[in-house]
Amino acid sequence: MKILVCISHVPDTTSKINFTNSDSQFDTNGVQFVINPNDEFGLTRAIWFQEQQGATITVVNVGGAETEPTLRKALAIGANDAIRVNANPTDGFFVAKQIAEVVKNGAYDLVIAGKESLDYNGGMVPGMIAGILGYNFLNSCIDLKVDGTTVKAIREIDGGKETISTALPLIIGGQKGLVEEKDLRIPNMRGIMTARTKTLTVVEPIDVAINTKAVKFEKLAPKSAVKLVSADNIDELINLLHNEAKVI
Amino acid sequence: MSILIYAESAEGKFKKVAFELASYAKKIAETLGTTVTAVVINSGDISELSKYGVDKVLKVANDKLSGFSAKAYSDVIKQAAQKENAKLILLSSTTDSIYLAPLVAVSLEAGFASNVVGLPLSTSPFQVKRNAFSNKAFNITEISSDIKIIGLAKNSYGIFESASNLSEEDFNPTIGDNDFGIQVESIEKGSGKVSIADADIVVSAGRGLKGPENWGMIEELAEVLGAATACSKPVSDLDWRPHSEHVGQTGKPVAANLYVAIGISGAIQHIAGINSSKVKVVVNTDPEAPFFKVADYGIVGDAFEVVPKLIEKLKAFKAQN
Repeated sequence: MKILVCISHVPDTTSKINFTNSDSQFDTNGVQFVINPNDEFGLTRAIWFQEQQGATITVVNVGGAETEPTLRKALAIGANDAIRVNANPTDGFFVAKQIAEVVKNGAYDLVIAGKESLDYNGGMVPGMIAGILGYNFLNSCIDLKVDGTTVKAIREIDGGKETISTALPLIIGGQKGLVEEKDLRIPNMRGIMTARTKTLTVVEPIDVAINTKAVKFEKLAPKSAVKLVSADNIDELINLLHNEAKVI
Repeated sequence: MSILIYAESAEGKFKKVAFELASYAKKIAETLGTTVTAVVINSGDISELSKYGVDKVLKVANDKLSGFSAKAYSDVIKQAAQKENAKLILLSSTTDSIYLAPLVAVSLEAGFASNVVGLPLSTSPFQVKRNAFSNKAFNITEISSDIKIIGLAKNSYGIFESASNLSEEDFNPTIGDNDFGIQVESIEKGSGKVSIADADIVVSAGRGLKGPENWGMIEELAEVLGAATACSKPVSDLDWRPHSEHVGQTGKPVAANLYVAIGISGAIQHIAGINSSKVKVVVNTDPEAPFFKVADYGIVGDAFEVVPKLIEKLKAFKAQN
């Protein structure tokens, strides 16, 4: 099975969020970039398929040269090779079109993307890739088993879980649950050494008509200080929640 | 050209998000001088939508659609949009709607902005404000395609009544076998009475509770408030609570009216996941707990003393109100 794992290069959650260029761009100064957490679960699950079933894993990112260290980290975790589509990820549809092209060119059977990325929270790339290619698509995937071309998986739904069956080729929007947090693979010394020699191919993007554009960013309004209530005065809390906040 | 909304129902009754979408659509329709059409799949009584300004309902009744299928439902919405010549399509952020939204967008070549937090800032150019950076910022997105899709962020607008004369029409879109590549084998419902996704109030607890055996009071507090129960990541990792209760960046997002956090210190990843909640109450023994920095109300105290008192006082309050 040929697996393509989509990797987003995102600011670490603890980063300070600031904007430059008249608030039109994210300020990357001093920011640590990491593999998008939802993508990490997918990558580890792919490694499981590689170890148990002899699958091969290509990781792909749409971004400039600054994302290559993140791709190398994915290679160090165990992916076989990497592709970087040399373009700024301007919006979800643009990214989906680039990845769909990579899927077609490489004839991948299974595409694992994170359900949502930490930075733009678009949540649309996996579904759009599937829509563009006409492939089966399962979002919110928290369990995945493949036998030949037969797939059994679990989708997390509001208030429960859905067990589904489908077939390759398949795109999934993955999240925590594909593997447990404690089972996430991290690069070991050997992985880091071999990552340097694994192939990272840079490809040029295809033309895509842009239909959305992030024009500006805004930070959250500063929060007013917490209203502390004494533990002996629970009545006051209830009063505030009922009369002031009006939530009970 | 009308505005099309996908009004979701569960077990034949409309979900609250359907009324929120209708309210939102009505406001935009008034600005643009147009009407609101709702496409509804296998719902019973559709008349309730007239309370929220919907002008027309396209009723789809099809046994093949009795269970949710993202591809089939997106095909229905696409055909409804084409039938109505809708240039603006509104979807909610339920798990099912965010699943089908990108499929609708691609099939209609429509620009799609998800996680949108309010009415459009302008309609020409069409600009909306949306959540970004895990609820730490907003971005203003312009949609330039002819057909536009908005995914309304959870709990970001509100429900407003606006009486309308509702007309209904049976709608029979073409559904093919290729719409059912994903087959549902079984569904397992969670044990809670209220799901985190649908809850107005969420009661959440963390390691400060010291062990799973102490969760009785959390469940009781949730019961009194009609709330869903949730937990922090460490609690989920320790298997003190079902993993489905984990809320936070890699758990479920929470955008409730009220989020009560008991014995949770407030790691950034946890806060990122719950920050869209309107009101946050924090109970923690540590006055330096980071969670107090983002809380609206807080009690510095021992959960084992505070929570039982809160339960007792809330029961009395509920009895009087």
